[in-house]
Amino acid sequence: MAGGAASSGSTASDTYAGARHWLLMPSWFVLLIFVAAPVAMMLVYSFLTKEFRGGVIWEFSLGAYDQFFFDRGLFGDDPPQIDWTYINIFWRSIWQAGLATVLSLLIGFPTAYFIATRPERSRALWVFVITIPYWVNLLIRTVSMKFLLRDQGPMNDFLIWTGVIDDPLRIINTNLAVQLGLFYSYLPFMVLPIYAAVERYNFTLSEAAADLYASKWATLRRVLLPAVKPGVIAGCILVFVPSLGAFLAPDLLGGARNFMIGSLIEEQFKGNAGNWPFGAAASMILLTLVLIILMVFARQQRRMGDMR
Amino acid sequence: MTDDTQIAVDVRDAVKRYGDFTALQQISLGIRDNEFFTLLGPSGCGKTTLLRMIAGFEDVTEGAIFLYGDEIETLPPHQRPVNTVFQNYALFPHMTVLENVGFGLEMLGQSKAAARTRAAEMLELVQLSQFASRKPAQLSGGQQQRVALARALAPAPKVLLLDEPLSALDQKLRKAMQIELKHIQRETGITFIFVTHDQEEALTMSDRIAVMSAGELQQLGAPRDIYELPRNMFVADFIGDTNLLEVTVDEVTECRAACSLDGGLTLSCEAVEGVRKGAQVHLSIRPERLVLSETATGADSLRARVLENIFIGTDIATLLVLDNGSEITVRTSNSERGSKRIFDAGQMAFVTMERGAARLLRD
Ligand SMILES: Nc1ncnc2c1ncn2[C@@H]1O[C@H](COP(=O)(O)OP(=O)(O)OP(=O)(O)O)[C@@H](O)[C@H]1O
Ligand SMILES: [Mg+2]
Repeated sequence: MAGGAASSGSTASDTYAGARHWLLMPSWFVLLIFVAAPVAMMLVYSFLTKEFRGGVIWEFSLGAYDQFFFDRGLFGDDPPQIDWTYINIFWRSIWQAGLATVLSLLIGFPTAYFIATRPERSRALWVFVITIPYWVNLLIRTVSMKFLLRDQGPMNDFLIWTGVIDDPLRIINTNLAVQLGLFYSYLPFMVLPIYAAVERYNFTLSEAAADLYASKWATLRRVLLPAVKPGVIAGCILVFVPSLGAFLAPDLLGGARNFMIGSLIEEQFKGNAGNWPFGAAASMILLTLVLIILMVFARQQRRMGDMR
Repeated sequence: MTDDTQIAVDVRDAVKRYGDFTALQQISLGIRDNEFFTLLGPSGCGKTTLLRMIAGFEDVTEGAIFLYGDEIETLPPHQRPVNTVFQNYALFPHMTVLENVGFGLEMLGQSKAAARTRAAEMLELVQLSQFASRKPAQLSGGQQQRVALARALAPAPKVLLLDEPLSALDQKLRKAMQIELKHIQRETGITFIFVTHDQEEALTMSDRIAVMSAGELQQLGAPRDIYELPRNMFVADFIGDTNLLEVTVDEVTECRAACSLDGGLTLSCEAVEGVRKGAQVHLSIRPERLVLSETATGADSLRARVLENIFIGTDIATLLVLDNGSEITVRTSNSERGSKRIFDAGQMAFVTMERGAARLLRD
């Protein structure tokens, strides 16, 4: 999709037409094993009947999808009504992930721009610095964040000590904490593709814009952003998609009220209380949703590209 | 400089330093309104630096720059009423040709429609109307070059800066564009500041030329003056072909100087201010201003032996060696062949300078 947005791309020469088939085999193989097979498996499982101790009975059933969308009362024999519980969780997740993406973009873009405009030798160092925290396992980082943000944690202690606040800020178990957690988890996925795009950007174009009376802001909007758009789109997708399915940050930082799809799905496969078909169905719905969002986005981009 | 011509760009004692490297040392020059002004010099002499200082992309370490009387060196680029044609064109890749050309006008606050109309006019001026809706990547180098020109001209800047705009074009296209540029400059009446390291290009296009070397201004003047009256060795050597002879000044009378070469040869030529009796200097004489003859035609004729003749299209260059061993080149136009004798290699001939053609150089 990012490739589709890039305007320049060399067309493969026909000389390689024969070899191409064979050279692409490894990619097809990887796609088959790591993309097609798991999705197919999930699709099949979502249409099976659940077993009470986890696992499935090989019997076709629409029960999982039915449970997701409809409420049939306690005993399952009332007339079906739309059940908003899970739909709301989905809605909130999309909203959270979208917000985390915007936040990452707002912080990530200037960061990427900063790195890309450093002298060539120090750029690698900056990229390295950005990625250092990510050598630590995500779970440990999220737990540390929980510790940092606690009511009696170092951050509140510090703020009280400096006198900025009198009472500890209640951050943990709020939306804000989830936002911070998601933002922190996926920031490099925003920074790196944008950095790669800005690094390739021809800065003479910015000079040309300034020469033609464009202010800094107009140059950013009319020249720089369109030029690095593929990187920005890639970054947004790379942050949005995992944020949507994230469960560590919402679980550990958000508490019960800030439950997200990731946690919902995770629960279905944990221990004996799970419901595999329901988890698979929720995953399929999530997958479909992401695909629809990306397609709408791509189409809009294309239409805007045509209008220009 | 006459007082009634308005000065468009006035550079006063401009210095540019990068760390402890001085790229420009105290450059002062006044560029007149409506003139085609060229900055000429070898690679690395600071032409681009000076141009970028006028455009506002480099700050001025010391000194000042005035644009029609207003001090501009502290203004950001987008507030200076000058436009640039960049060496690599710097066209916006995601915009069509028409949008590229209209961009400056839009940024100046014109409506999209007005910008479009004017941009279309500009494209007509550079004969690219049929490509208006293409993207820059779909144009040839020469066409991109003309889009860049149209884009820079569209906001009707007071001064247009051009940084080696023709260097990426092949010889033929380059010649055509030189004429077109000159034509557009006359038609629009905009002051052009043109950067090149090609002396021939500078001579054919410019009203005046500033010759630069190593961050210093060497000479400023009309092409003819620079060609015929070079001030120093650098200018004489850099502009066109020349013969440089080492001479000692024996005598300076009113306006003539008597000089002697190694091996007891003597010459006389116009005196130059600052060159005194006893000075050891160089004498520059253009090959086309030397005449070959069978017999000495005056006291200043020097005897020489022909080494070879080289055919160069319009001219024949004859390489000779003087009695004292120095080599000298004489150019004879092919159109004069009927009236002038061509000497074969090994023959002896006399070399005579046309009157006023030899130039003593100060350094
Ligand atoms: N950003 C910079 N930092 C340090 N030195 C620089 C910088 N920009 C230019 N220079 C130096 O300043 C000098 C003048 O450079 P400039 O680009 O003006 O040359 P030029 O006359 O345009 O040459 P060319 O014909 O090759 O384009 C050069 O020696 C160059 O190395
Ligand atoms: Mg240059």
